[in-house]
Amino acid sequence: MAALMETGVKGSTHTATAGRTRNFLNSPKGIMSWIWTVDHKRIGVMYLFAVMFAFFLGGVFALLLRFELIRPTQDIVGPDMYNQLFTLHGAVMVFLFIIPAIPASLGNFVLPLMIGAKDVAFPRLNLMSFYIYVVGACFAVYSLVTGGVDTGWTFYTPYSVETQTSVIAMTLGAFILGFSSIFTGLNFIVTIHKLRAPGMTWFKMPLFVWGMYATSIIQVMATPVLGITLLLLILERAFGIGIFDPAMGGDPVLYQHFFWFYSHPAVYIMILPGMAIISELIATFSHKRIFGYVPIAFSSIAIALVSFIVWGHHMYTSGQSELAATVFSFLTFLVGIPSGVKVFNWVVTMYKGSLTFQAPMLYAHAFLCLFTIGGLTGIYLGAISVDLHLHDTYFVVAHFHYVMMGGTVIAFLGGLHYWWPKIWGRMYDEFWALVSAALIFVGFNVTFFPQFIMGLQGMPRRYYTYLEQYQSTHLLSTVGTWILGLGFIIMAIYLIRSLYIGKPAPKNPWFGLTLEWTTQSPPITENFTQTPKMLWHAYDYDRVLMDENGMVTFNPNAEDEHAHDGRAKHTNGRNGKSHIEETTRSFN
Amino acid sequence: MNQNSATNMTLPQASRFASDVDSLVAFITWGSVILFVLITMISLYFLWKYRRIGAPTFTSPISHNNQLEITWTLIPTVLVFIIFFWGFKSYLDMRVIPANSMELKVTGKKWFWAIDYPNGTNSVNEMVLPVNKPVKLLLSSSDVIHSFYIPAFRTKMDAVPNRYTTMSFEPTMTGTFDIFCAEYCGKSHSGMIGKARVVTESEYAKWLEEAESGGKMSPVEFGAKLYTSKACATCHSNDGTANTGPTWKGIYGAKHKMADGSEVVVDENYLRQSMLEPNAKVVAGYQPVMPTYQGVLKEKQIDALIAYIKTLK
Ligand code: HEC
Ligand code: HEM
Ligand SMILES: [Cu+2]
Ligand SMILES: [Cu+2]
Repeated sequence: MAALMETGVKGSTHTATAGRTRNFLNSPKGIMSWIWTVDHKRIGVMYLFAVMFAFFLGGVFALLLRFELIRPTQDIVGPDMYNQLFTLHGAVMVFLFIIPAIPASLGNFVLPLMIGAKDVAFPRLNLMSFYIYVVGACFAVYSLVTGGVDTGWTFYTPYSVETQTSVIAMTLGAFILGFSSIFTGLNFIVTIHKLRAPGMTWFKMPLFVWGMYATSIIQVMATPVLGITLLLLILERAFGIGIFDPAMGGDPVLYQHFFWFYSHPAVYIMILPGMAIISELIATFSHKRIFGYVPIAFSSIAIALVSFIVWGHHMYTSGQSELAATVFSFLTFLVGIPSGVKVFNWVVTMYKGSLTFQAPMLYAHAFLCLFTIGGLTGIYLGAISVDLHLHDTYFVVAHFHYVMMGGTVIAFLGGLHYWWPKIWGRMYDEFWALVSAALIFVGFNVTFFPQFIMGLQGMPRRYYTYLEQYQSTHLLSTVGTWILGLGFIIMAIYLIRSLYIGKPAPKNPWFGLTLEWTTQSPPITENFTQTPKMLWHAYDYDRVLMDENGMVTFNPNAEDEHAHDGRAKHTNGRNGKSHIEETTRSFN
Repeated sequence: MNQNSATNMTLPQASRFASDVDSLVAFITWGSVILFVLITMISLYFLWKYRRIGAPTFTSPISHNNQLEITWTLIPTVLVFIIFFWGFKSYLDMRVIPANSMELKVTGKKWFWAIDYPNGTNSVNEMVLPVNKPVKLLLSSSDVIHSFYIPAFRTKMDAVPNRYTTMSFEPTMTGTFDIFCAEYCGKSHSGMIGKARVVTESEYAKWLEEAESGGKMSPVEFGAKLYTSKACATCHSNDGTANTGPTWKGIYGAKHKMADGSEVVVDENYLRQSMLEPNAKVVAGYQPVMPTYQGVLKEKQIDALIAYIKTLK
């Protein structure tokens, strides 16, 4: 075993000389090389800028909405403006930000690195999906400047057919964005099937890859339904075909079925990638083999599949039959269980680990806390009789913000900090990162926790004025957004600063074991100098140690027998000196 | 009004099933709080106990534990099934409509609620209900989807165009409770607010009587009330502006041209005929769209409306 360590040292020496000279960011140079790039990392970075801009836009809308709600009466915006603001906020956050946020930006960047591939399976399709995203976003912006949309992001008929606002531009935008999402999903599925490095069996894949796989399945299978639904809505508006129009014998509630048939699975397009990141963060910062790898991996797939048959829980009050409501309620509770199991697995992963509490881990813990609240409050809404009370109140607003913002956005921020050194080759400022994470955590809770109480007291959503009795909770909620906003401003400052004056990042600042940490930061365009070979399981912290410079040490005392299930067992690691030597070198 | 509820600090439990819903909410809340505190304490304990001191080292190979995993899958499964079943049971309570229910018709319109009572009385945005009597609502909408929501009763139901949905409850407490529209319906969605006034049986009878005959109101007051409650206001203004129908301002005593060229002096008989046989004499420039109020308006109501029209100068 001592020999193995020696080879590790050799590997690291090699790294040091590789330096930061050539990487995907600086070669090739020039704006055209970015516009026509097919490098998944550059596309990921472009997506990153795009989704951050969308998040900024959606965030500004949110601040305005909350500002209006300080007092029960009309303050800064009238009803028309408010209705457009919440619609734009919701639509931008959902279609432009959260759906592409993790898969298309971080996922695009990290996924091929994690499985030791040079790129995704279809690099040109990847670039195309980015430009489709841009075109879709342009339609959304166009609808914004031509009078906005006031239907809510759900576009419920018959209101969306009657309203005078530019519904067609916005829905066409969402329709186009759907293709971007489908292509990304398709690309990832093929990439995961075909481009894994030698030695990386399915059960050696990092859980992030499993999460992306589950997400991609939903993207490919559910998004077309949204496309068809929006197309029907456009036809209905433009030509009055009557499918949703009760006056022509159509059924407005049919629209809701179509819409939620996509949009419930879509909430898992939003949360599964967040869970996928958390699995990585918890394992790396606990420096510990993940607990329950197989359950975590399969629960993602289970969630993805069951998510297709629970859409009716959004429609308990729509007049669907009692039997349907009951069946949907039952299935909804089923889909909750795997999510709970994941949380337990994450917590227990920390047991006997070697924990550090850097910003990404802080985000992971914020996620555990907030996502647990989001998930538990989903149980209220799954219980039919309680949902009849809470449906379309602020309880629902709080619930989905806990899941989407407290879950997905927090996980996204954790992942952003985690891979920031890999993407830019620079470290961010840890102190300010902790300050901003703390502000975001506190601000988030001050903003959204009062909304649970408000909802239980009956405050309906999408109200720009409200009755006196809800004043104090609304005020608290608005003050929370200012704390939240401050946190984000600080984050923007230290992240941008780090690009210029951040400490140069080593290969593996967090002592991770997944393959992206074996290559330089930022990686070269080809990702790895040689095709990497997977010699260990993604979370072999009991037997493999990779230091900041990618130097690998194997545990001479590692026991094989207990605590490894057959699939997780790695035999390659002990295959003898020559094999190891060869492969360790390839990690430079 | 404030009853002992775990979560609703100010919301009264004003219907028969409200306390059951609140008990379920309390049950889920306690379960959630216990689970949440457990998860948080364990996380924080691990964070402190296993914090890294010095350089990273090899850690424990623990990767799973079947017993533990089965336990933490089974316990939540059992708990959520209890919750599912409880939610289902109280849902049935809400959905099974007692045979002796009083039936009201509720129509959502942008942006008000029109309520029709069994005896033909109607009201807008005010639903008067006798206490301790089961009520069935037949909901529909005349434009987009609305949702009829009474938080104090813990229930809501969508009002959908071209379709009836039903909702049922039994008010158990007198008082005035908010009615909201919970389904976004456009500009004045947040203004589509009404009141459910739950009163004793005798007060209810008195209210019905007043709604029908004016009770102690003067004829003019009663007429003014009928003007809105019988929805004449949707077609007739009282301030001179033309609408679907002619304004009522200043018509009494005036000479009106009819569609057939004749001229009529607006007197009591003409007004009365206009309400009972609106198409007998159609005012020039208007479509004959006014519905007949034969059998809808009582004698006393016709008198009151005429008295009211006379005052509009
Ligand atoms: C659907 C719209 C509509 C409603 C509701 C309606 N009306 Fe009319 N009304 C009309 C129209 C149109 C005319 C003019 C054509 C005609 O004379 O039939 C009219 C005419 C009248 C006239 C004659 C006015 C004139 O200037 O000569 C009277 C009186 C009248 N309505 C009373 C009532 C009363 C009382 C109610 C409520 C109980 C009522 N209407 C409800 C549409 C309506
Ligand atoms: C930055 C912090 C955020 C704040 C302060 C905020 C605030 C709000 C407010 C005030 C509303 C309107 C509620 C109403 O009138 O009923 C709303 C709605 C909504 N928000 Fe957020 N939000 C935030 C982040 C997010 C994020 C990250 C998402 C991601 C998906 C999101 C998704 C939505 C959606 C889907 C709606 C519903 C819109 C609709 O009713 O059509 N929000 N939010
Ligand atoms: Cu759902
Ligand atoms: Cu409404």
